[in-house]
Amino acid sequence: MTASLQAKHPETAAVAPTPAASEKQWPDQVYDVLKAAGISQMSYVPDAGHTTLIRLFGEDPEVVTNVLTTEEEGIAIAAGSWLGGKRSVVLMQSSGVGNCINMLSLPVHARFPLLVLVTMRGEWAEFNPWQVPMGQATEASLKAIGLKVLRAETGPDLVETVAQAAVMAFDADQQIAVLIGQRLLGKKKW
Amino acid sequence: MNLPTMDRRVAVKKLLDARDGALVVTGLGSPSYDVHAAGDRNDNYYLWGAMGGAALIGLGLAQTQPSKRVMVITGDGEQLMAFGSLATISVARPKNLDLIVLDNQHFGETGMQSSHTGKGIGFDKVAAACGFSETAELRSLEEVDTLCEKLRRPADGPRLFVLKITAENLPRSLPPRDAVEVKNRFRAHLGFATC
Repeated sequence: MTASLQAKHPETAAVAPTPAASEKQWPDQVYDVLKAAGISQMSYVPDAGHTTLIRLFGEDPEVVTNVLTTEEEGIAIAAGSWLGGKRSVVLMQSSGVGNCINMLSLPVHARFPLLVLVTMRGEWAEFNPWQVPMGQATEASLKAIGLKVLRAETGPDLVETVAQAAVMAFDADQQIAVLIGQRLLGKKKW
Repeated sequence: MNLPTMDRRVAVKKLLDARDGALVVTGLGSPSYDVHAAGDRNDNYYLWGAMGGAALIGLGLAQTQPSKRVMVITGDGEQLMAFGSLATISVARPKNLDLIVLDNQHFGETGMQSSHTGKGIGFDKVAAACGFSETAELRSLEEVDTLCEKLRRPADGPRLFVLKITAENLPRSLPPRDAVEVKNRFRAHLGFATC
């Protein structure tokens, strides 16, 4: 809200100001587009890059969240959610993609809508060599099991990509992973 | 000493005859055959693969259909692959999710190799340690009758019951292979659009 608008409408001054959409950071905007897409369930194995999304969904009384012991659990939960008439999103790091491969045969074979957001490691200013093998294999592994893979390297591109991926997943019964480039996430604080 | 076991098809038929509107998800292999043998229905979701997925499909379904009871019927091998799911389900704490583990202590589908459950791993104890609201091990059909009555009553959280069944390969009763069709008819049963 601008200062001039507040001056014209002093009754709104008591309301905590919310940043305009253009001022929001991409995690907040991704949350907004997922909410607009009707997501009411979120499952995750944490990653630093998903911190804001995990917090926003966790604080949202309209969204059921599940913390997972391993990423493939989220793939099965999302299928159950669709059977029950709701839309789910799964958040994980690229290392978790390897854990999911056989479970992905469920949405691929039964054509369940699936939307997975993957924060990438092992591809840009990576300091941990153990992250590199799975990071480099992530896209190829997902494509090999039959997912459609999209990728974003900037905040605005990611927001747009997630919005259209949700349409393809839930309106066209597709199984989609959106890879969030490590270049966008920045170097991990160590 | 051999402890008593029960006939799996009879036990599953008892559970399904008493389902009282419960939505059913089955784990791959013989549990899918057992449920299908009791009568194919639109409110059954059968797995032929995705080993380790049954309990978690049940969780997703239970969270999105809180007014209905969800019963997952799976085997010891399938549930062993979803060991961590007991922690995830316990933390999620659905009050409408019951896991039935048909435990023959073997991987029956692949040649009857011994599984962990014949060597000291009891899913009722594991689930209790995770915080499930109720767990038990059953060895007779009379106990299954009592369980059917119990399952009709509301729960405080997720429940898990191990049914010790006889290790035998019964004639297969195969659910539809078309998983898209099974998904769509399940959703149609709940009044949701299919495509």
